[in-house]
Amino acid sequence: MLDDFFTRAMIAGIGVALVAGPLGCFIVWRRMAYFGDTLSHAALLGVALSLLLNVNTMVAVGGVSVILAALLILLRRRDTLSSDAILGLLSHSALALGLVCLAFMTWVRIDLLGLLFGDILSVTRLDIALIYMGGAVVLALLVLIWRRLFAATVSPDLAASEGLRPERTELVFILLTAIVIAISLKVIGALLITALLIIPAAAARRLSSSPEQMAVIAALAGAAAVAGGLYASLHYDTPSGPSIVVAAMALFLLSLVPGVQIVRRMLAPTQGDRS
Amino acid sequence: MQHPETGLVQLNRAGIRKGSQWLVRGVDLTVRPGEIVTLIGPNGSGKSTTAKLALGILKPTEGRADRRPGLKVGYVPQKLAIDWTLPLTVARFLRLTNPLSEAACREALAKTGAERLLRAEMRSLSGGELQRVMLARAIARHPDLLVLDEPVQGVDYSGEIAIYDLISDIRGTLGCGILMISHDLHVVMAQADQVICLNGHVCCRGTPSELSQNDSYHALFGTRGNAALAVYEHHHDHVHLPDGMVRHADGSICGDCAGEHHEHGHQKTPETGGLRDAG
Repeated sequence: MLDDFFTRAMIAGIGVALVAGPLGCFIVWRRMAYFGDTLSHAALLGVALSLLLNVNTMVAVGGVSVILAALLILLRRRDTLSSDAILGLLSHSALALGLVCLAFMTWVRIDLLGLLFGDILSVTRLDIALIYMGGAVVLALLVLIWRRLFAATVSPDLAASEGLRPERTELVFILLTAIVIAISLKVIGALLITALLIIPAAAARRLSSSPEQMAVIAALAGAAAVAGGLYASLHYDTPSGPSIVVAAMALFLLSLVPGVQIVRRMLAPTQGDRS
Repeated sequence: MQHPETGLVQLNRAGIRKGSQWLVRGVDLTVRPGEIVTLIGPNGSGKSTTAKLALGILKPTEGRADRRPGLKVGYVPQKLAIDWTLPLTVARFLRLTNPLSEAACREALAKTGAERLLRAEMRSLSGGELQRVMLARAIARHPDLLVLDEPVQGVDYSGEIAIYDLISDIRGTLGCGILMISHDLHVVMAQADQVICLNGHVCCRGTPSELSQNDSYHALFGTRGNAALAVYEHHHDHVHLPDGMVRHADGSICGDCAGEHHEHGHQKTPETGGLRDAG
């Protein structure tokens, strides 16, 4: 079954979407969309460095992400620029540095478009194994820190005053995001990863009444977007990464239709407070 | 377990710097069980920062901030920025960090007059409703120390009175210490055991009636401050003179004030005011 490139693409894409959904919810709740963008642009620099230094791509991408997160926290403390200006600076510097590095390495032939927009149809079995193992680790850790991360998301000050350490939890969360970006680089590409994190979460918002529900719906919406996008790309011969994002956007638009919400109310008569 | 002499929280010459600017500096502050300490001061004078130092949210750049080990804190922050996309009911918000039964949630909300909001979405609350919910959450934790950063902002007038009553009630029933930031000088003067007036540093401090004699206080709050104090002036049936003698309302002077010790004013002289000028 895994011999078919389309099946491999489907399995890999759905794997990424299942992890990206819950994580994306936190990115949306924490208003960190731009930070996700910065991390994914830095991923390209990570790929360039991995080729340059001959280390594993995931390790390099993860390393660059951590350095970037540390830089952001440091620069924010120095109070010289606003957070979004710092993010813009880091994001595009990292992207440009990555592209310049790649251009210097004339001995490697690398598919730049594949890096930027993903090359899901060339996914190997090893990639699938990496995605599912990495994804399982990320989801397990997310479940482990869920309560603390959620409290820190609602209010870092409240969490800190009650003895939690919101900064530490946030750092773990950034690490998890970096891992997800590293494993999904091949599936969707550096420029569109943020879309797979954010759009399914946005689509899930109107359909959910509790944070956990929103995370699950976001994961399912992401998986549906991958399936829909891949079939569309096969049918209309469109690039697969962008097709997945377009499918996710279509799901988001669908969630705005009033009828969908009425169905939801009928399905969930008791508005939940489950905790 | 509660030692009346040791504070729940103690700031010792605490200061914090952001960039090259001191947000607040040289703050001494102690909150003991059952005591209400109020921070007043103009906008940007470091009131919220001082509260955050006391809570341990911010670390002091200089000086010390000590909390009693195992101190349970209830905090009502000045603002709460919950993203619109976060599905969060009031009940869930109350249980954010501590497990609470439904009955306990209802009870806490009932105390702050917000019982009907139990199933409401946080993002649909008005400013005043949000304050009531946050206060309910802080109380439901049965804290040793309650830190209230402008607890009645946006609350309607009658609700304001009810909430201030509730706050002094809590002090009595829970026996917790309260650190409060308020702009409402009337209430501050009526309820606080100690008032600390901030303006980047401790500008003046003392009991409400001591403050009424202080020039720095008048410089900061002007006639409005006077009006707030005037309400309580009539409580003063005697005045403590700088030499330790007491002058009673009828003009007689004796060694101490007999009977119940009412709120009283200290007559201030340049060397020995009834208060410390810490600026």
